[in-house]
Amino acid sequence: MKTGHRRVRTVAVTGLNAKPDNPGPGVAVARCLREALGRDVRIVGLGYDAMDPGLYLPRYFDAAFLTPYPSNTEEALISRLADIHAKEKLRALIPCLDAELPSLIRLGPRLTTMGIRTFLPSLDQLRLRDKDRLPELAKIAGVSCPSIRPVNHAGFFHACHKEGWRYPMVVKGIFYDAQVVFGADEGASAFRRIAAEWGLPVLVQRFVEGEEHNLVAIGDGDGAMLGAVTMKKRAVTAKGKAWAGICTHDRALLDAASALVSVLRWRGPLEVEMIRDRRGNYHLVEINPRFPAWIYLTHGVGRNLPAALLHLMMGKPAPSFSEPLAGTMFVRYAEETIVPLSTYESVVIDGNRQNA
Amino acid sequence: MQRLAVSENGFVFDPVTGNSFTVNSTGLRLLRLLQQNKDLVEIAATVQSEYDADPREAERDILEFVALLRKHNG
Repeated sequence: MKTGHRRVRTVAVTGLNAKPDNPGPGVAVARCLREALGRDVRIVGLGYDAMDPGLYLPRYFDAAFLTPYPSNTEEALISRLADIHAKEKLRALIPCLDAELPSLIRLGPRLTTMGIRTFLPSLDQLRLRDKDRLPELAKIAGVSCPSIRPVNHAGFFHACHKEGWRYPMVVKGIFYDAQVVFGADEGASAFRRIAAEWGLPVLVQRFVEGEEHNLVAIGDGDGAMLGAVTMKKRAVTAKGKAWAGICTHDRALLDAASALVSVLRWRGPLEVEMIRDRRGNYHLVEINPRFPAWIYLTHGVGRNLPAALLHLMMGKPAPSFSEPLAGTMFVRYAEETIVPLSTYESVVIDGNRQNA
Repeated sequence: MQRLAVSENGFVFDPVTGNSFTVNSTGLRLLRLLQQNKDLVEIAATVQSEYDADPREAERDILEFVALLRKHNG
């Protein structure tokens, strides 16, 4: 991909959590930016917890700061961002967690006034791809989608057959988490666990037998899908997250995702999750409004999407992309970062880590 | 069948499903013939001449091989 960046810009990236069973995308997004732009970009990591691994990775993040959790007030968030902006002169912000988006979209005009650019969908667009509204969206786009319904009581799992729901089915949190359940007791147990973590309603989705295929791309806001890369998971963690994956190429998947992006007129990064059944038909299961944790594969296949996003954020036309090489694989590993006590202390006490 | 990427040492990758598998030298030969759009009769004739196989057994093995490919690369 040719972007033509050469001036140092400071970009903030969130989602620095990176526990191996379910890593956030922030570290991988920063890695993509670093690989594409070297030291022509200054990357500022925004984390939530002193144990977020991205806070301690100076090779990707030139500085790192703690910020208030998304459950805090928007005033607390904008106030903290203003503090960080005063130190870092941020030019752009790339949020990497679903729960951050509503606040940051609402704060968009204030961020713009401060000189911090974002490239995000509207709140309406965000709502259209909520899990409970996916079938409606998919129907308009002409894409298959297993039906979904909200559940507010564990008793549903013992009486669901009366409404035509059969096992297995998928139990999902409104923001995160999904578990395939094979019976009423397992369903009720998953419901309680997910409700305790993510609140009500919990969603149930009809189970489609097949293999999961994921697509990442950027919506330009006018209906076009840019730089799509597709991936099939080849090894997963206990939470079903990719530990290894391989770049695929299927026109049918690209067409389906393109139709969804067009209907949504999506602006910003997105990940489309689909199940490919034995007949080769795709069924939409989720649309995530951000880059996924496996985004580094896009750099590996010559379509560095975080760098492309930054390009768009700076008001430049869509970059040109080379054809991604199907068969290119990624395999993750975990490594330890050694952190001096003084650095840890700085994060805990001051809420930041600056490079020496 | 055409979409499969087949290497000389029998490593096969399907870019649509993302699955990969290996085939032995006979399987590799069959895959190459299938990718050349040869029909069953032509492939069976080739296998008979190259492997000195019984015609009926060759046809049965080829059909089994194709069914296996379809099963794993739907």
